Amino acid sequence: MQLVLEKRAERSTTIALVSPLIAIGLTIVTMSILFLALGKNPISALAVYFITPLTDSYSLQEIAVKAAPLVMIAIGLSMCYLANVWNIGAEGQFLVGAVAGSWIAVKTQGTDAGVWVLPAMLLMGAVAGALYALIPAICKVRFGASEILVSLMLVYVAELFLDYLVRGPWRDPAGFNFPTTAEFDPVATVPLIVEGGRLHLGVVITLIVVASAAVLLGRTIKGFEIRVVGAAPRAARFGGFRSNRLILLTFAISGALAGLAGIIEVAGPIGHLQPGISPGYGFTAIIVAFLGRLNPVGILIAGLFLALTFIGGEQAQIAMKIPLDMTKVFQGILLFYVLACDSLILYRIKLILPQRKAADGTA
Amino acid sequence: MLDPTPPDPRAGQTPLLQTIGLTKRYGSFLANDSIDIEIWPQEIHALLGENGAGKSTLVKTIYGLIQPSEGEMLWQGEKMVLSGPHDARARGIGMVFQHFSLFDNLTVAENVALGLDGKESFKDMSARLEEVSHVYGLPLDPKREVWQLSVGERQRIEIVRVLMQNPKFLILDEPTAVLTPQEADQLFIVLDRLKSEGRSILYISHKLDEVKRLCDTATILRGGKKISTCIPHEETAASLARMMVGADIQQVKARAGRQTTVPRLVVNDLNLDPDDPHGVHLRGISLELKGGEILGIAGVAGNGQDELFAALSGERPAQDPGTIVIDGHAAGHLSITNRRKLGAAFVPEERLGHGTAPRMRLSENALLTGHAASGMVQHGFINTAATLSTVDRATKAFDVRKAKRDPEAASLSGGNLQKFIVGREILRNPVVLVVSQPTWGVDAGAAAVIRQALLDLAAEGCAILVTSQDLDELAEIADRIAVMFHGRLSEPLATADASREKLGLLMGGSSLTPKEPHDAVGA
Repeated sequence: MQLVLEKRAERSTTIALVSPLIAIGLTIVTMSILFLALGKNPISALAVYFITPLTDSYSLQEIAVKAAPLVMIAIGLSMCYLANVWNIGAEGQFLVGAVAGSWIAVKTQGTDAGVWVLPAMLLMGAVAGALYALIPAICKVRFGASEILVSLMLVYVAELFLDYLVRGPWRDPAGFNFPTTAEFDPVATVPLIVEGGRLHLGVVITLIVVASAAVLLGRTIKGFEIRVVGAAPRAARFGGFRSNRLILLTFAISGALAGLAGIIEVAGPIGHLQPGISPGYGFTAIIVAFLGRLNPVGILIAGLFLALTFIGGEQAQIAMKIPLDMTKVFQGILLFYVLACDSLILYRIKLILPQRKAADGTA
Repeated sequence: MLDPTPPDPRAGQTPLLQTIGLTKRYGSFLANDSIDIEIWPQEIHALLGENGAGKSTLVKTIYGLIQPSEGEMLWQGEKMVLSGPHDARARGIGMVFQHFSLFDNLTVAENVALGLDGKESFKDMSARLEEVSHVYGLPLDPKREVWQLSVGERQRIEIVRVLMQNPKFLILDEPTAVLTPQEADQLFIVLDRLKSEGRSILYISHKLDEVKRLCDTATILRGGKKISTCIPHEETAASLARMMVGADIQQVKARAGRQTTVPRLVVNDLNLDPDDPHGVHLRGISLELKGGEILGIAGVAGNGQDELFAALSGERPAQDPGTIVIDGHAAGHLSITNRRKLGAAFVPEERLGHGTAPRMRLSENALLTGHAASGMVQHGFINTAATLSTVDRATKAFDVRKAKRDPEAASLSGGNLQKFIVGREILRNPVVLVVSQPTWGVDAGAAAVIRQALLDLAAEGCAILVTSQDLDELAEIADRIAVMFHGRLSEPLATADASREKLGLLMGGSSLTPKEPHDAVGA
């Protein structure tokens, strides 16, 4: 008996939609086995992970707030991945955006600066993220350096730079030596949509980004260019599209969105700059991008799902003493299955039963 | 030479190889449908058929690369099950593939050694290689690196590599596709000699005159089924073609009263170094092509045709604007998009991955070359109605057969995709069309449609440059033919004067005028 992958004539649109669900199913099975190995009841563990957070308004809002940066970063990453270039350093661009935006907040602290502060911070964050992402892109275009390695290494540079700032020049003098800036002024804070709730303006900005990306990729010639350069580089050159310019553009877009997500996070839910502002959003967004099939609407759904695992993971730690690291294990397994299930879009699995030729195989 | 023997004298003999009901299924698709074929000792047996007829599947099964779904094979009367090509080789079956598998940076001897079992020392093997190549009139220097060799010489390596295993049965897959007419003649002498030594040969081709000349028997496949086994001497080219295609092929007609007008495409002393270290340098290429004219460029593959296409299309712009003039505008420095805006259109050799993005829909592939110069893009937004209408118009005008209105490019058959690609460009009403291998690997029906379309386009005043390795095709549609060799382009000959002999000499690097002996370009 043999399992064979057989090529399909055309990519299957049904499987393209179903494959993330298959991947989620397989992940849940694997997780159940892991819960069992940890001596926990898998049913109640899964319920805490996936059901409990959906039952109260606070958690639901929290999911949206957590999903916003994931979705925004993943939208940018999907542009790179569609163009077949690999920005792995969104985490660094997120941090640099947060730092650059915070610079305005720190410098205007306590002054009577007006309402221009927040828009300037958001712009600053996006521009800084874009510039930071252009470093690996330029290295790739000019010197042929691997954008994967360069963008990844720049994550650690950004982390340490942020660390230096909040321990050194930007430390809040009244902060009991904690490595953090002072709380931002109200004009430097992302406003809430509903007073007393959790949803903030960043969530709305994220939805605008999703809609714009859907139009860009689906309806414009630039979006077509991004897709064709990734799907068939030689045909793209024949079409007159220059891949080097596109590498720079997609890296700049993804850096800008990561930077914007960074400053929104700092000026929104957190309210000040400190180390550890990201629980790995830049990396988790890679999973979101693929789980969402590099499609803006898919990414929105995938982002909400991954946010659910973050919230569920926290609640599982509190309620069942399941280590928080299980969330990362969960996300890793999920990415693995998503990529594996993608083969089914172009191939079908076929079972070949033993034939009579096995009998005279010795001939 | 023996006359083709009718089956009777073979009554007491067993065939060397026999297939009984051989079937290969891919999903619901039957690549080979219950094929019976007999190869007798000391016979050159032709396997004829169009692309997709199932020739490759059949020979790959015989060579052990593919396991049949049903049916069996008998080798000298005994049942044979092959677990892989090594099994086939052990029995004395050898195969020369159409696409070579050689390492460019290794020497001839090293390449051959890689394919052998390694029981003899490298020195002994090299000596034997030289001997075998000498005996069969396939001269090779074992110490030369492959990248320095011509395509014909590379094919010799593949043949010698197989002969060193002393096979009883040789399979050759379209061996003359890459040869000049003279090189092909030399190959036929070698094949006749192999036959006289008692070996059998299965010869895959779609060139009917070759088969009539060389082969004792021919089996014709169509749509995965065996249509007939016949004796080619007793058939006409037309009757063989009818069996291959299943219908009479329509003759291509030039429209009467075709007139040439102003120069549309001029190339002045184009020199271009290749990107890739093993690529070809273009040297001093000049040509002038008027509206209404078709210029054919012949030549063995790898003599700079790809580089010329890249230079003319603007995929690799030249430094000096004046080297390429499109419809009166200096265009050497322009990108492919700007050349399209001047009215040029291009059809590359590779359909999938170059001419189209395989996994994108036809409408998106219409956009690929149409975005610059037609109403498909407005203010940066794609006009889907316009791209779909291009697909519909190309479908209608060129009879593109497809399963639905707008499928992925890769799901079309080669012939239908090529009709779409050519149609997509013709619908843009170009003044210059540069097309590379317009009917490569395309079925005869589609090839006739495409050639007719090119003739009609020329009749409307377009200047067309056709690169092809198929001399018959060039003879059919071109007004003049030039030959590419080592990155240089010969003076064009009027098609009426361009005999196969003359073209063959030029393709081999000889000069027609004795005053200028061709320079020995080795490196």
